[in-house]
Amino acid sequence: MLDKIKEFASEFFVTGDPLILGAQVSIALSVVAIVFVLTFFKKWRWLWTEWLTSVDHKKIGIMYIIASILMLFRGGVDALLMRLQLAAPQLEFLEAEHYNQIFTTHGVIMILFMAMPLMFGLFNIVVPLMIGARDVAFPFLNSLSFWMFFFGAMLFNVSFIIGGSPDAGWLAYPPLSELSGSPGLGQDFYIWGIQISGIGSLATGINFIVTILKMRAPGMTLMKMPMFVWSVLSSCITIIFAFPILTVTLFLLFIDRYLGAHFFTLDGGGNPMMYINLIWMWGHPEVYIVILPAFGIFSEIVSAFSKKKLFGYKSMVFALMSISFFSFFTWAHHFFTMGSGANVNAFFALTTMLIAIPTGVKVFNWLFTMYRGRLSFPTPMMWTVAFIPCFVIGGMTGVLLSVAPADFQFHNSYFLIAHFHQVLIGGVVFGYFAGLYYWWPKMFGFKLHEGLGKWAFWFWNIGFYVCFMPQYALGLMGMTRRVNTYDFDMGWQPLNVVSTVGGFLMGIAFLFQIWQIAHSIKFFKKVDNGDNWDGRTLEWSIPSPAPLYNFARIPQVQSQDDWWETKQRRAAGEPEPAPAPLEPIHMPKNSGIPFIMSVCWFVLGFGLVWDWLWMAIPGFLGVVACLLARSFTYDTDYYIPVDEVERTEAALRGSK
Amino acid sequence: MRPFIRMLTPVLLLLMAVTLSGCGEQFIVLDPKGPIGESQKDLIYLSTILCAVIIVPVLILTAIIVWRYRDKKGSTAKYRPNWEHSTKLEIIWWGIPIVIIIALATVTVKYTHALEPSKPIASEKEAITIQVTSLDWKWLFKYPDENIATVNYVKIPEDVPVRFQLTSDTAMNSFWIPQLGGQLYSMSGMAMTLFLQADEQGSYFGSGANFNGKDFAQMTFTVDATTEQDYNAWVQEVKNSAPALTMEGFEKLTEPGTSDKQLFSSFPEGLFDKIVTQYVEEGSSGGHHHGAAESESDTGSATDAKNEAESDNADANQEHMNHEGH
Amino acid sequence: MAHAISKTAGAHGGGDQGGHHDEHHGHHDHHDQESMKMFGFWLFLITDVILFGTLFATFVVLRFNTAAGPTPGELIELNGIIISTFILLTSSFTSGIAVLEMNRGNKRGLILWLAITALLGASFIGLEVTEFIHLVHEGANIGTSAYWSAFFTLVGTHGLHVSVGLVWMVALMLQLSRRGITPVTKRKVSIISLYWHFLDVVWIFVFTIVYLMGVM
Repeated sequence: MLDKIKEFASEFFVTGDPLILGAQVSIALSVVAIVFVLTFFKKWRWLWTEWLTSVDHKKIGIMYIIASILMLFRGGVDALLMRLQLAAPQLEFLEAEHYNQIFTTHGVIMILFMAMPLMFGLFNIVVPLMIGARDVAFPFLNSLSFWMFFFGAMLFNVSFIIGGSPDAGWLAYPPLSELSGSPGLGQDFYIWGIQISGIGSLATGINFIVTILKMRAPGMTLMKMPMFVWSVLSSCITIIFAFPILTVTLFLLFIDRYLGAHFFTLDGGGNPMMYINLIWMWGHPEVYIVILPAFGIFSEIVSAFSKKKLFGYKSMVFALMSISFFSFFTWAHHFFTMGSGANVNAFFALTTMLIAIPTGVKVFNWLFTMYRGRLSFPTPMMWTVAFIPCFVIGGMTGVLLSVAPADFQFHNSYFLIAHFHQVLIGGVVFGYFAGLYYWWPKMFGFKLHEGLGKWAFWFWNIGFYVCFMPQYALGLMGMTRRVNTYDFDMGWQPLNVVSTVGGFLMGIAFLFQIWQIAHSIKFFKKVDNGDNWDGRTLEWSIPSPAPLYNFARIPQVQSQDDWWETKQRRAAGEPEPAPAPLEPIHMPKNSGIPFIMSVCWFVLGFGLVWDWLWMAIPGFLGVVACLLARSFTYDTDYYIPVDEVERTEAALRGSK
Repeated sequence: MRPFIRMLTPVLLLLMAVTLSGCGEQFIVLDPKGPIGESQKDLIYLSTILCAVIIVPVLILTAIIVWRYRDKKGSTAKYRPNWEHSTKLEIIWWGIPIVIIIALATVTVKYTHALEPSKPIASEKEAITIQVTSLDWKWLFKYPDENIATVNYVKIPEDVPVRFQLTSDTAMNSFWIPQLGGQLYSMSGMAMTLFLQADEQGSYFGSGANFNGKDFAQMTFTVDATTEQDYNAWVQEVKNSAPALTMEGFEKLTEPGTSDKQLFSSFPEGLFDKIVTQYVEEGSSGGHHHGAAESESDTGSATDAKNEAESDNADANQEHMNHEGH
Repeated sequence: MAHAISKTAGAHGGGDQGGHHDEHHGHHDHHDQESMKMFGFWLFLITDVILFGTLFATFVVLRFNTAAGPTPGELIELNGIIISTFILLTSSFTSGIAVLEMNRGNKRGLILWLAITALLGASFIGLEVTEFIHLVHEGANIGTSAYWSAFFTLVGTHGLHVSVGLVWMVALMLQLSRRGITPVTKRKVSIISLYWHFLDVVWIFVFTIVYLMGVM
């Protein structure tokens, strides 16, 4: 009996590596600690009613952001481990298998479980406030999306300690990712982790399109929307066209592995190239999905801190939409070297270059927003200004890569690695950081410490260039991606050391940010009013943090940058119309179903990974039961009475 | 001031990165020794210059604007908070990228056709053929005309075009000799052609550029380009001294693992075609290959044991299904 | 976007005070909410179109890859498929009648026609399952070859969609019998009928591409 248990445990848990053992112990300890703290302070009920069941977009946004910061930590540790391994030739710090797992999880986590949730977090917090709405279109679905993401991410991460991590690369090309190449469970964790969270992303895409198109405050026509809202719209449109492809692709890979089908296998007439096409039909739009909102954030910030209207609004809108459209016609540039023939390569090279045009136009528009402005440089603006040169250079190397015949020399090399890190860190991460610093007071009612933020900023920036500029050079020296070791005579070591140093500088930068948050919480200083940056858009017209219902009265929008214009009119002493009387506010009720249903998804996924039908079937039935339970629930909303709104407003705004 | 410094950082670092390594021979992509690599290098430089035409002014403009319009006491810079549109300016910056991209696109299309990997290199000399197979985790090279084979080692005569035919035994890889020219995927179930040529004698680094599993990093090989006489002498020497590659020997090579350089005086006839067509009509040829592809590593950890059990299961399942199918 | 109005649409309307204030709100909100849900469902259908589009694409890519196994021409019997096509088309028609009954306010008629639709759908699924069993007996299962993998996945995904629709329809009939025709149930019926027509259209493509073009 005991032997059987032992045997099972050694299959179930990943064993044998001190590094992993250490992680397992620390994870177990932190779980115990969390449970203890929650029990000791009697916080379980609070956690359940205030957070786990919340359908409030602001709270969901905060949960997204917390999860993404945790994932940034894990993905970052992965990155540093890789950099350590590459710091010297023939190093035996990580074994090949372990290294392969780490670069796989690094890629998946950073794109799908760090960038995506950080993006969704900002969507959630900002979009309803910017358009003068009280929540998103489907608050219940929104909560479900979050928990699906969360449990999908957990399912993926659990493979680190249970069953084994995936190790076939972040896009898991078959036949390597088939049963023949990856017989372990890691690949199944990969499929189900991404699948479950991907469904959540799809739902978020739908949710925000409806929110933006149907819930804007009266008067806010499409062409008066803040640019961030436009960017969210373009990103969400891209999501609903791209994510179903991912769902199908992973599903087919799952059927291959689980039922022995032959979609992408070598034998039985399968076609691995089809997978590569399909995954990039999602994968390429995916990078635009994450970068477009960053463009929106920069547009807001650059205008706010130049104290000037955004230059070329219409151009910007057109650029966003055309990027979103063309992103679907460039996927084959990820495999120019697959022998598709000159005409196919030429076509995809041209479409790729085409995207550079609207992107370039955006840069000019940001520059000319600053031109003849009054620039101030608090942290959000610093990130924005740092973004421009970084993204311009990254964009340029992107254009170089799009030159198909030249790509035969760049492909799969560190040149490519440097390029996409430059646009993803310099574009996406810098953008979301800028957004986080900008909207942090709106989320929590206090500012982050500027001094520490500047330290973090400089470490991030210097670290970034020190880390990735050498990688361009390494690519030209013939160093290919995903190698876990290299020979002494290649001459790759000096630049690799430099790059590793850069990686650790960014690690230090992250620590500064954590310190910054901790410090700012400890020395909590509430912002004086809801408009601490002298902002331009509606979210700054309400208190920070925003009350549950956001707007006591739905604003009547007259122009682009409406709040700025309102302030101008006030300063000019123009009479304002008397405020409309308050009315009861219609709000969605909290619900535990999203959380429970996502737990069921987790159980289903976990059961399928292990091929335990006794576990998968109850999980599946649980999902169905939750769906039905929701369908039969009619009591989904309530009204906040006028006197309560009055009381809240009086407390938040003082005498006003 | 600070933004300005940061503006310069990327440029400085780029310069540093280049100068640090002496711009020398280590940049093998920029130091080609064959016509294909040479054209690709030209193209890289040309496209870089075209891009720089736009990028450098933008970077300078950024620095100037950020510096000039920063908010400070007594700033004399203009402030026009509502200036948000200028058709003239916007036409300019839609126009400039469009012009550059058209130029670049023209060049790209031309080169894409010229450098299509399967296009023979013009030469008076007849091309030699080398059949390349990526295995887990080594490269097998076969010289069908000379009837010799090598592992992780290639010798070619200088100034003679080489027709590489690429395939893979299992997962996809990518065959890359940076100093001769760009890479091409090696994929199982098909043979793709890549023409390369060395214009100079020398020893060149080659690698598998596409991740294909555990010991992917060990899939490097050396390409020696010599005079034709030396090449012919080497072929003779291999024929005389090296062992033959038998079918069993090949099966052994397909087992997962790394390898040093190996030479073979002959190889089974039609082996390359066999590798390419091994997955066709699986039903009739039987799944004998599975075992080789799936037998596992020697670390013997618990997960591996589990994996093995799993894959055995899967095999059984598959056979079961096939059986049902008949 | 004349109706770009948030959930508390009444808030800017002003004017109406007094006793039935809340009720007025309720109606207005519901109307808005329901139209948003309808719009959201249309977006969902777009994603479903992409999903099926991808499956069709894989099917077309793999349509000749029978790898020495049985070919569709050998195994598929069109007669049964034509019958099930007819059944599904009819069910689309009956679901249309159900919506007409709903608009007329006839709750019993609505439930009756939904029930007929569900029965037709169930018999469609029954026929499909029978066909699959027949194919497996004849030696074609999902692991036989790439062609059959694509076949079972595409046809099966459609079948799965129909099955989900069935469960949903039964749930909806229960809700209708309990609550009658309200703005909420009305929206739900409209959505499922939209879904049902959509599946019908998908089936026409399945029938054409998989069966007619595959067998002939």
